[in-house]
Amino acid sequence: MSEYYLNPGLAQPAATPVDEPYWSGLRDNVLKVQQCGSCGGYQWGPEWICHHCHSDQVSFVDVEPKGVIYSYERVWHPVHPALAEQGPYIVVLVELPHAGNVRMVGNLLGDPEAEVIIGAEVEGVFEHHEDGDPPFTLLNWRVV
Amino acid sequence: MVDRFGGKDGITMTETMRGRVAVAGVGETAYYKRGEAPDAEFKLALNAIIQACESAGIDPKDVDGFASYSNDRSDPSHLAAALGCKELTFSNMQWGGGGGGGSAAVANAAAAIHAGLADTVVVFRALAQGQFGRFGQGPRRNTIAGDMAYTVPYGLMSPAQMFAMKVVRFMHDFGVEQSALRAISLACYHHAQNNPRAVMHGRPLDEQKYDESRWIVEPFHLFDCCLENDGAAAMVLVSADRARDFDHKPCYVLGAMGGSHYRAGASVHNTPDYASSTFKTLAPRLYDMAGVTAKDVDVLQSYENFTGGVLMSIVEHGFCEPDECNEFFTKERFTAPTGDLPLNTSGGNLAECYMHGLGLNIEAVRQVWGDSTSQVEDVDVSMVISGPMVTPVSSSIFGSEATV
Repeated sequence: MSEYYLNPGLAQPAATPVDEPYWSGLRDNVLKVQQCGSCGGYQWGPEWICHHCHSDQVSFVDVEPKGVIYSYERVWHPVHPALAEQGPYIVVLVELPHAGNVRMVGNLLGDPEAEVIIGAEVEGVFEHHEDGDPPFTLLNWRVV
Repeated sequence: MVDRFGGKDGITMTETMRGRVAVAGVGETAYYKRGEAPDAEFKLALNAIIQACESAGIDPKDVDGFASYSNDRSDPSHLAAALGCKELTFSNMQWGGGGGGGSAAVANAAAAIHAGLADTVVVFRALAQGQFGRFGQGPRRNTIAGDMAYTVPYGLMSPAQMFAMKVVRFMHDFGVEQSALRAISLACYHHAQNNPRAVMHGRPLDEQKYDESRWIVEPFHLFDCCLENDGAAAMVLVSADRARDFDHKPCYVLGAMGGSHYRAGASVHNTPDYASSTFKTLAPRLYDMAGVTAKDVDVLQSYENFTGGVLMSIVEHGFCEPDECNEFFTKERFTAPTGDLPLNTSGGNLAECYMHGLGLNIEAVRQVWGDSTSQVEDVDVSMVISGPMVTPVSSSIFGSEATV
């Protein structure tokens, strides 16, 4: 068994100029999403300008890693060799009502064959991959 | 009478292309399981184009335009050179992935003819996944950046995985049961048994076999997922004025267009209207152009990347309300020739061939011509829905002589 939710071997995330604060935030156990300095609107995924008002004064702000399950899926068929022995796993789409209802994708910790309730409240769990090259952090979720 | 700007009386700049362009011929190579085509992808494209021209009675050298989608690798300038086309005027690629551009390529070709940019335009798609790699597999890289970095490390990377989450939410919102998805799959496999071109010809499906098939990603069983194939398909479009000269009876383009709703392309599954096949804004504009409603549609080809996309597409094109799906989605309703809405009468992407859906447009034309292997009686209005859940998507409506 891996200490991570998914077996190792999937591609690891690499930061780009538009999302570096997000990935470095996760390293520090902080979730950051984009908020517009002009109109206050939130957005995710990251863009160079605010889609609400077109200002380029968008910055990454800390938001509490809590939300509700908006949708989910239970994956059975592995499409990557790293997951060949994985068995079923759950991917959740989590909505953050306190941050403009932006949505984030992650894995739902716990029994992968258990029922998943749309609308259930979840909290973020930072999954640190110190063995990454370079080390990186993913954000998973568990029902509270 | 000609007015002072050279236009004809009664014709304004707002006139659409409804009925002004017709499909003169269609062509397909044999369809193969992925990786098994004996020919290179470019040769497959040439073969389908030549067959389409033969079907129309047009010399391939007279083709002057090409339209495709999904980053097809067969470049029009190379095609025109290989075919010896006298002139190349229209060289068009519809942006966007998957099969969302199938009907948009028809729209682009028809618009070019209607606008006078070209006379004889081929719409085509060629795929040799053996030569160029598979769709249904995750990427094999050590690192990943950009939008996919937010999904791939969590095991969300294949098309089935990208779309299942939309379908889960739609089924949750409207209480849709698995039997609705199953009805789509059963109808496709049923029609494939009549179609000798179909990859799944001779391999029928029943409820038990569907129910016992393995999950790919819930709510998609194996039989909810499209095939992966090699081959090529092509259509030749000309102006309606020329259509009566050709071997087939005319099949007119009544409407065709691509598009998507507000921020459909927002990354990391952030489109506001999430549980959607992306047709809500397009469908009313399409019907408006075509001058028909869902009630007028005699036969429907609806792109199945996955059955869940068909589910939402049929709702968003107004065939039923979202809370009526459990009653509406039955194999009987979708089966030609007796059902009220015969669906995917060639076997579609699930059971005929996955040629990124252009086979669906060809089947829609065959229904108007009366040449389908699961022919519906007296088809006047024949509709195609292309590539649900991606952005942009597209739809098209073809009509018989009676509709123009």
